[in-house]
Amino acid sequence: MAMNDSTAAELRGVTKRYGDVVALRAIDLGIERGKITALLGPNGAGKTTAVRILLGLVSPTSGTATVFGADPRQTSTRARIGAMLQVSKVPETLRVREHIEVFRSYYPAPMPYAAVIAAAGLDGLDKRLFGALSGGQRQRVLFALALCGNPDLLMLDEPTAGLDVESRRGLWAGIRRLADDGRAVLLTTHYLDEADALADRVVVIARGEIVAEGTPSEIKSHVVRRRVRCVTGLSLDDVRAVAAGASVRRDGDVTEVLTTKAEDIVRALLVRDPTLAGLEVTGGGLEDAFLALTRGESDTVAAASVEYAIAKAVA
Amino acid sequence: MSIPIFASGRLPRILAFEIKSEFLKVVRMPAYVIPVVAFPALFYVVFGLAFGGGQPPGMPITMASYLIATYGTFGVVGAALFGLGVGVATERGQGWLTLKRASPMPPLAYFAAKVAMSMLFGAAIAVVLLTLGATVGKVSLPAASWIALVLTLVLGAAPFCALGCAIGFLVGPNSAPPITNLIYLPMALGSGLWLPVEFLPSAIRAIAPALPPYHLARLALGTIGADQSAALGHVAALAGFTVLFLLLAVAAYRRDEGKTYG
Repeated sequence: MAMNDSTAAELRGVTKRYGDVVALRAIDLGIERGKITALLGPNGAGKTTAVRILLGLVSPTSGTATVFGADPRQTSTRARIGAMLQVSKVPETLRVREHIEVFRSYYPAPMPYAAVIAAAGLDGLDKRLFGALSGGQRQRVLFALALCGNPDLLMLDEPTAGLDVESRRGLWAGIRRLADDGRAVLLTTHYLDEADALADRVVVIARGEIVAEGTPSEIKSHVVRRRVRCVTGLSLDDVRAVAAGASVRRDGDVTEVLTTKAEDIVRALLVRDPTLAGLEVTGGGLEDAFLALTRGESDTVAAASVEYAIAKAVA
Repeated sequence: MSIPIFASGRLPRILAFEIKSEFLKVVRMPAYVIPVVAFPALFYVVFGLAFGGGQPPGMPITMASYLIATYGTFGVVGAALFGLGVGVATERGQGWLTLKRASPMPPLAYFAAKVAMSMLFGAAIAVVLLTLGATVGKVSLPAASWIALVLTLVLGAAPFCALGCAIGFLVGPNSAPPITNLIYLPMALGSGLWLPVEFLPSAIRAIAPALPPYHLARLALGTIGADQSAALGHVAALAGFTVLFLLLAVAAYRRDEGKTYG
């Protein structure tokens, strides 16, 4: 992943450990100008850590973070970045306008005040105290603060967490317009539909590792897998030979295969094992596929039951 | 790191915005303003008036005058410890400081605004006490003494701003108020800010010089002719505490940064 003119920021071989916990394992991630890159993954996957390393707020244990060819901790680099982070409490006794003006003062070439207000959809709200705003309006103010510096690179950590559908759509439109202006955007999300609706490129991350990467449609075709369950006399190795490349595991008597080619595998299994019983094919839903993609080998009962519930809902 | 900002001459503008927003943020919080200003005033009224305008034996001046200096000290120490300590701990714990750190804001601006606010509150407390003293307490002092007292109290907030900073980076947002009180109140009592140190048991009087507010109170009392000890010694002690607390604050800041940037 060579740094070239179209790359705004990159992580190269980044590993981050917090004590015994490994948050990121040898991640390579590039963010392109004019594109929205979504870092998609379940909670605890390492998304926020990746953003914090790119912002120079957290140091990688090993590997490097580069933003516009420089160290993200440099003031001159920070002047080109806008960040929207998960802030549990913003000072509530300042007006929207006052918050924006302080942040604008930090940057050498700030976005004009009226443009910030328009881009964040805050018209008519600038005299309100932050504490008097709704949840959606608060997120828009945090979005506005990210725009204050007229940034070339925007990093948005879970920008729509907790928002209703209408607020999410509004924010999506705002983010899209910024990317269309030629800015690089990195956003983290655990909503598959958000990545699908917004991103030019999706990087799926789980347990600190990148497990898939591509356009939303590539990711979907890659991840739309179905679950084949059956009780078979075949050994696990025999099943693996049949289901080349698919994820195979055995839970008690039940053998489970996650595959994009369910029909082929079922046909092959039935030929090899006439005594095969309890055949069940489920899934095909995006959420189910996403969970399959991000699931670890050391799967927990809880995660399995969530998948089961979702598979039920999809079926 | 902030050199380009100095060079570009934008620092004064950033400072102005930061101070203005810190001011507006704080004055709109009655839950903060009222206790910080009212407690020293209330204590002064209760103790200053309870002792009346009298001059107990062994006291250089009337209680009403004496207690202006000590409750003034009590007030500025509180404004500095709470403004910096609880202020920083809260904003750090809630992720607000992290968002600011991700911006090109010079860290100095953040702290300078909070220090400016503490000093402004310190001045306000001193003026309120002086007004109460002059009206209710019938305290009559030359204007030069009053000005010297206010200046002493405002500048004397420095070591407590540094200590507040250290607390802000050492403790979490929920434990910051009780921990600040645990440091503040016993230190105030032991330094003779509530009751004149002359009235305290000898054991407490012996440790008072080890407490930083004691030295500020001595300087404040000196400005109104109630303390004859050498001012230089107290200034040196306060300067020493400032350096000590600043080192602690820097270590605490680095430790906190190291938790994230280690």
